[in-house]
Amino acid sequence: MKKIIDFTVRENRPLTDTLFFLTLYAPELPEVAAGQFVNIKVEGSPEIFLRRPISIFDADPAAGLLYLLIKIAGKGTARLAELKKGEKLNILLPLGNTFTLPGKEERILLVGGGVGIAPMHFLAKTLRQKGLHPELLIGVRSCSDVVLRENLEIVAPLHCTTEDGTFGEKGFPTAHSVWRKTFDRIYCCGPDPMMRAVADHAFRKGIACEVSLENTMACGIGACLCCVTETQEGHKCVCTEGPVFNTKALKWQN
Amino acid sequence: MAKLAINLAGLELKNPVLTASGTFGYGTEFQDFIDLSRLGGFIVKGTTLHPREGNPYPRMAETASGMLNAVGLQNKGVDYFIDRIYPGIQGLKTNILVNVSGSTVSDYVETAAKINELEHIPAIELNISCPNVKEGGMAFGTRCSSVSEVVRAVRQVYRKHLMVKLSPNVTDIQEIARTAEAEGADSLSLINTLMGMAVDIRKRKPVLSTVTGGLSGPCVKPVALRMVWQVAKAVKIPVVGLGGIMNAADALEFLMAGASAVQIGTANFIDPAVTVKIIDGIEAYLDANGFGDVREIIGII
Ligand SMILES: Cc1cc2nc3c(=O)[nH]c(=O)nc-3n(C[C@H](O)[C@H](O)[C@H](O)COP(=O)(O)OP(=O)(O)OC[C@H]3O[C@@H](n4cnc5c(N)ncnc54)[C@H](O)[C@@H]3O)c2cc1C
Ligand SMILES: Cc1cc2nc3c(=O)[nH]c(=O)nc-3n(C[C@H](O)[C@H](O)[C@H](O)COP(=O)(O)O)c2cc1C
Ligand code: FES
Repeated sequence: MKKIIDFTVRENRPLTDTLFFLTLYAPELPEVAAGQFVNIKVEGSPEIFLRRPISIFDADPAAGLLYLLIKIAGKGTARLAELKKGEKLNILLPLGNTFTLPGKEERILLVGGGVGIAPMHFLAKTLRQKGLHPELLIGVRSCSDVVLRENLEIVAPLHCTTEDGTFGEKGFPTAHSVWRKTFDRIYCCGPDPMMRAVADHAFRKGIACEVSLENTMACGIGACLCCVTETQEGHKCVCTEGPVFNTKALKWQN
Repeated sequence: MAKLAINLAGLELKNPVLTASGTFGYGTEFQDFIDLSRLGGFIVKGTTLHPREGNPYPRMAETASGMLNAVGLQNKGVDYFIDRIYPGIQGLKTNILVNVSGSTVSDYVETAAKINELEHIPAIELNISCPNVKEGGMAFGTRCSSVSEVVRAVRQVYRKHLMVKLSPNVTDIQEIARTAEAEGADSLSLINTLMGMAVDIRKRKPVLSTVTGGLSGPCVKPVALRMVWQVAKAVKIPVVGLGGIMNAADALEFLMAGASAVQIGTANFIDPAVTVKIIDGIEAYLDANGFGDVREIIGII
């Protein structure tokens, strides 16, 4: 069941100039699953009118803790970056569908780019808890963008590409040597061009692929029909029928 | 405890708070947040004769204190509504109104005739802000002649409460309102969205796929309020006010300006439980100010 909850900021940790990590607390955190997102009300300016959708990086319902990895993209996220410990944040959650969890023996690669590593972290943790052993590949611009390494390395063997070659392999994630291994399933979240490239790569190798989309949203609960993506079955709402889609359902491969 | 019930030209509302079409889905999207039976009623998405895919993404742009949308009446058509949606919501203890949209007069008529057969739909809201295909895409609601034509035609087949929703994109709203009244509308609702646009200076392109879209939210409230006030003075049938209502104070402004009921639209996106707060807030205001009945404040200014 979806809820509107006032969270308290436990910690706001800057990671880079543009990335920060929020730890939020609420006594009655609902169950959340990998792939789902939350919709945050940002106070303080009439220019920030709608809620801001953010993926779940991690959650600990027993402790009432919710973790979010956010990039400053504009005015709303800039305001969130200024949050102080103890401030309140009104959040609508949990929203959206979840990743399809695979069968026991499958070999799985998770690919995250930018803040797209947030849902990949939660998914990797979930898969580990189910006894699976996913590998995690992240693609970033430069070594300073490699954040939360400790969190990531605990949940999966970590591979990395940087565009400038300052960490891991140089280039885009689709060129990483980890692809020489055989995988049965790919999950990906990141900037649109990256997801399309990964989906294409997976398609050509005949591997099932799920991606998590980030369309702009007004309501987040399926009421406005603003967030649609084109699918084989017509327009679908990213906020309710996504954000996770099997790339076969999208109109990406022509 | 002030009385909140309103009789809207025969349509009994337990309170004057309805929700606006296109902002409240089919009601069920809000069941986690509110008890739908608390509402005076809700108005489902714009429904057309045939299924519509709507406009391409992007369909939304945030603005200061509001938003632009260009959804383009995406819906699965009236038959889908009747077969698949209606059975699931007909038992709800509130008024369910269907927002009827179309691009030709015969589309409106056929859709209204089908809805007329549904026992648990006591009223339709005729959305005349749609582009009129025959008139080269100009909205039905912007010219008295086409308002007259579409309302008259629908009136002939629709026998229950006919609410006509007016477009604000006109020079003389009173003239349009009188035309709809003369052709047999039972009530009028206004405003639909105001035409606007937004440009992405980074991409040097319009934000919306359709370039222009409909503006809604608190930024339109002063315009909406002015039009509701003008229309309430121009016609004898009841007027339903909407446009930027975010809280009980906003709703009270519309009631005082002459609206017999209000609709809550974009506010549902920010707080899905806002409708119930508005109902409670209206009641609290009436009690605190010694009014025994909400009807005492309607048109009080
Ligand atoms: C399901 C979902 C999950 C998301 N998860 C995360 C996450 O975990 N961490 C994170 O940092 N961000 C995430 N985003 C993106 C985030 O919602 C946007 O970056 C944010 O809403 C921008 O708000 P703003 O006020 O800072 O930017 P604005 O001032 O509104 O806009 C600034 C720029 O950001 C772009 N932008 C606006 N909205 C979006 C959007 N929805 N997606 C991409 N770009 C946008 C605009 O086009 C504009 O160029 C997610 C989005 C969705 C839909
Ligand atoms: C996303 C969205 C979709 C809408 N769809 C419809 C529609 O299908 N039919 C209609 O008559 N009005 C539609 N409207 C207009 C609203 O019902 C309402 O008239 C308008 O938004 C002004 O009210 P508000 O400021 O309270 O939202 C839509 C508005 C929005 C924001
Ligand atoms: S954001 Fe409103 S339907 Fe998805």
